[in-house]
Amino acid sequence: MQLGFLVDLHLCMGCKGCEIACKVENEVPLSTWRLRVKYVDVGTFPETKRTFTPLRCNHCENAPCERICPVSALHYLENGIVNIDKERCIGCAGCVMACPYGAIYIDPQTQTADKCTYCAHRVASSMMPACVVACPVQANIFGDLEDPKSNISKYIQVHQGGVQVRKPEKGTNPHHYYVGGGNVTLNPLASVRENGHTLFSNIKTLPIGGHH
Amino acid sequence: MTHEILAATNAVVTLDVALPGIVWPWLVTVNMWAKSIGTGVIFMLFILLRMYPEQANKLRFPTALVSIVFISIFLLFTLADLHQPFRMWHIFFYPHVTSAITVGAWMASIFMGLLTLLAYQSYIKKDNAAYDKTLLWTAILAIPVTLYTAGLMAQCTARELWQMPTESAQMILAALLSGSAFMILMSGRKLSYEAKNTLGMILGLSALMSFIIYMSEYIFGPMKAEEVAAVLEYIKGNGQYTVAFWVGQWMTYLLPMLLIVLSRTSRSEGILKLAAILSLFGLAIVKHVWLIIPQLLPMS
Ligand code: SF4
Ligand code: SF4
Repeated sequence: MQLGFLVDLHLCMGCKGCEIACKVENEVPLSTWRLRVKYVDVGTFPETKRTFTPLRCNHCENAPCERICPVSALHYLENGIVNIDKERCIGCAGCVMACPYGAIYIDPQTQTADKCTYCAHRVASSMMPACVVACPVQANIFGDLEDPKSNISKYIQVHQGGVQVRKPEKGTNPHHYYVGGGNVTLNPLASVRENGHTLFSNIKTLPIGGHH
Repeated sequence: MTHEILAATNAVVTLDVALPGIVWPWLVTVNMWAKSIGTGVIFMLFILLRMYPEQANKLRFPTALVSIVFISIFLLFTLADLHQPFRMWHIFFYPHVTSAITVGAWMASIFMGLLTLLAYQSYIKKDNAAYDKTLLWTAILAIPVTLYTAGLMAQCTARELWQMPTESAQMILAALLSGSAFMILMSGRKLSYEAKNTLGMILGLSALMSFIIYMSEYIFGPMKAEEVAAVLEYIKGNGQYTVAFWVGQWMTYLLPMLLIVLSRTSRSEGILKLAAILSLFGLAIVKHVWLIIPQLLPMS
């Protein structure tokens, strides 16, 4: 079994339902996120468009975070999920430095690394991840990539050439795919990011683990 | 490439979470700096004992002591940088051998053990033959101890700037540079001008090679990878770290090289010492800039 995610960006409407569901389900502390939806505006007025991209851990097949972890706190589960054992983590932040997708954070309460686990605890009880359940347009598709009859496999087969991953050049082989993505949505360098100038927020950067 | 896309799409992030700041801060700079000196002086003693055995004779214990002090600083700052320092023992009881952190921690611990043995053999036992045998193994181990941080940086897949084998070369050169600089300063009257001059040569050549590598990355790095190009913007033009980068390059490499040439023509120990002081302090700045800039780039 190899669990994976696919987000159809044609469907996503940026409601952030998944983001909130994840926060609640996993009790993700303030100022940290396992899953977030990024808005990028494209074009010049009046020809403008807003794009929405849910971003979470890719559960890479060749995960740099797992490789660099000195104590195997980050480890693979049999179903392909890259999981974390917070009791074992020593908080070296090597994984935060290694992940090319900025998917790991230091939990300010436990001072250990944490990230999206594809809701491994729910999956173990045959439930869907909280974000999948919350999505009103079924933009998040989750399932077994090795099962050709699973929804995700069928989706990939139908969309074939349109299926993309983030930063393929890093050789991480993500198990998280996007349909309808482009350079602007998937490449952080393809958009201007003016710190402190986003809607509803003027916060710039956040201290790691609650302190620098 | 990114620039053309940005101009064409005018893409702007309009809503997102605040991103995390610096993950590995100045504590890691001190860690790298202290380790360079700790292993560097061992390399220097090894060379001096072969080239100037009579003079280097009296440097056995001081070198072991200096190395112990700087490796202790290195270990202390490594510990201080952990968010869960009291779980450090996990590295020894749940080791994950694919990680450069694990391998480094094991090697640094053995290295510390060998240094303690060197101090014992030189200060208490006063057995030079035994010391020299131990020194051989210590100098050999000092090579991977110096290099493992380069391995760790290379394992940071997210930070394109830190490439292998460039970082390996820079780590070894930093150890040679800081080791020779520290030895020039600490040897006092124990070493002749000729011996110090040899150390000056090592310092000058390490500085030259390091500088060439930095400039090669500065000029050619952006031609290969867009992430490297974006990171190097922080040390170009009005970049946040441009001044610090050039202060570091001048202090650590350019000025010491000039001063070493000057000291050779004027046979001045004072100028040599000035070169040593500049490069020792400058190295911390160089290391810091290179540590911080790739962390300024948004990863997602
Ligand atoms: S996305 Fe990052 S955190 Fe997730 S498995 Fe890959 S490297 Fe690890
Ligand atoms: S912070 Fe924790 S999970 Fe991350 S590499 Fe260090 S020990 Fe492993």
